[in-house]
Amino acid sequence: MEAAAGTLISGLVLGGMYVLVAMGLTLQYGVARIMNLAYGEFVVAAAFAALWLFSAVGLNPLLGLLLVMPAAFLVNLLVYGILLAPLVRRAGSPAALESDSILATFGLLFVVQGVMLAAFGGAYQSYPYLSVPVTLPGATVTANRLVALAFAAVIGGGVWLWLAHTRTGTAVRAVAVNPLAAQLVAIDVKRVAALAFGAGGALVAAGGVLVSMFLTFNAAMGVVFTMKALVVVIMGGVGNLMGCLVAGLLLGLVETAVATWVDPGLTLAATYAMFLAVLVARPAGLFGRAAR
Amino acid sequence: MSRNALIFALLVLAALSAVPWLDSGFWLALSINIAQYAVLATAWAVFSGPTRYVSLATAAFFGIGAYTVAVLGEALPWPAVLAAAGVIGVLVSLLVGFATLRLSGVYFVVFTFGLAELIRQLVTWFEVNVTRTIGRYVFLDITQAQIYWQLLGLFGLLLILGTWLRASRLGFALRVIGEDEMVARHVGIDTARAKIALFALSALFMILTGAVMAPRWTYLDPAIAFNPTTSFQVLIMALLGGVHALLGPLLGVVPMALLFEVLSANFPNHFSILLGAVFMLVVYAVPRGVIGLLARTQRRRVA
Repeated sequence: MEAAAGTLISGLVLGGMYVLVAMGLTLQYGVARIMNLAYGEFVVAAAFAALWLFSAVGLNPLLGLLLVMPAAFLVNLLVYGILLAPLVRRAGSPAALESDSILATFGLLFVVQGVMLAAFGGAYQSYPYLSVPVTLPGATVTANRLVALAFAAVIGGGVWLWLAHTRTGTAVRAVAVNPLAAQLVAIDVKRVAALAFGAGGALVAAGGVLVSMFLTFNAAMGVVFTMKALVVVIMGGVGNLMGCLVAGLLLGLVETAVATWVDPGLTLAATYAMFLAVLVARPAGLFGRAAR
Repeated sequence: MSRNALIFALLVLAALSAVPWLDSGFWLALSINIAQYAVLATAWAVFSGPTRYVSLATAAFFGIGAYTVAVLGEALPWPAVLAAAGVIGVLVSLLVGFATLRLSGVYFVVFTFGLAELIRQLVTWFEVNVTRTIGRYVFLDITQAQIYWQLLGLFGLLLILGTWLRASRLGFALRVIGEDEMVARHVGIDTARAKIALFALSALFMILTGAVMAPRWTYLDPAIAFNPTTSFQVLIMALLGGVHALLGPLLGVVPMALLFEVLSANFPNHFSILLGAVFMLVVYAVPRGVIGLLARTQRRRVA
């Protein structure tokens, strides 16, 4: 019973991180229409940034968020403006943009990974922050996990409020539904796409900083994060934030359960098994109605 | 490729099989490297060229071939080892195909993106928990020259199959799918079946290349066999050369193989950065490949 409660809490914490990371991806893919394969590298880059701020500057990761998120927003805006906007202009069709952006970001993946390897080496890293045990009814967890989950909830909730209740958020949702029709109601689609891409980048960076508080990470882990974010987005349905929330938490729970009761080496296999199940049974996502 | 061009290409391959008698050191090693990538990149383009589905699973299939040899190499005669690798790999490719190729292209990309890492983790898990060995030695009685000849043979076979495919109904169906999948379905093409069949064929050649190359390492562990850089290098080469002609990828393989050799020798710590930069340059500057550039200058000259 003790183990079950512990697994439940760890699973929810991990799932909360996946939700945050996948929300960023759904903004980049669902609104800006960029399939970003370098996505996971930005998770890891933010984790390294938090590590560096913590060990070299002495800044705690929660304050680090205040630096890393705006920096990631700007970096992603630049990536979009310099690398991806030319592809958007060149693309004749959504399919052409999709395959071009897949290729360009696949190249970017190796560049970012190479930079991190050169700067930090290939070893696993972690740092001690708030790793004090907290006793909850039924289980004991470290404080950093609970703090990470709380921050993920606040940031994710903030993004949801922004999208649901502001004028800019409404424009973002309009572009997600139909970029052509959005132009007809005087929405600057290019600007909104760039904004969504940058905002997605800031979210993924937040995910990376929070993850770094309680998980060990290394420069080569990006692919796995990208994979998990993609699976959550597809499972939840592209552009569907509620779907993201359910699918992310589900993935976190399943993964933690597999790691606890089966073997920690099989977590990616669990991700793939869920992916297969979704592809076979509900390719439009858990809440999707029809195939796109 | 026309029949005459094919015969000419096969004659060139036959002439190239003399390399091991001329040199058994650097030049043979380089030739093996180029031949390896020639098979991989051409096999990649055989599927991804006409269908326009970007496959990122090259390392997965290459690794399946290589690791099967590491496990079974000493237990079975060589042809049986190759057959076993082929059967395992084709089954995996069919599974991937049935799961994703019935849906839109992005699911396929996502699935193949993590496939090498998934198989690497599964193999590692199996080796740690069941066989309790991680890393294997490959001591087989296969010389470098034999590896080279096998690769040339694979390449020749691939050229023959590719030429036949282009002229066949399946090849035509695939080109229609690449142009417009909806149209293909409306004219009565079973699009999923055509794509799955071609994907398995392309995977088979990657698997066999991995298997043939395995004895070169003498020591193999899952991280070496399923190195994701393989997928990446093959993709760069094929895109640089151009994927819409059978010999197109070869035009990318030769310069890139040489470039990788130089880069990995001089900048081992920054190889990945340079690789990514070169790749992005290819995507932005030569989107239709060298063969596309050649075709354009030719058209201009005619006009």
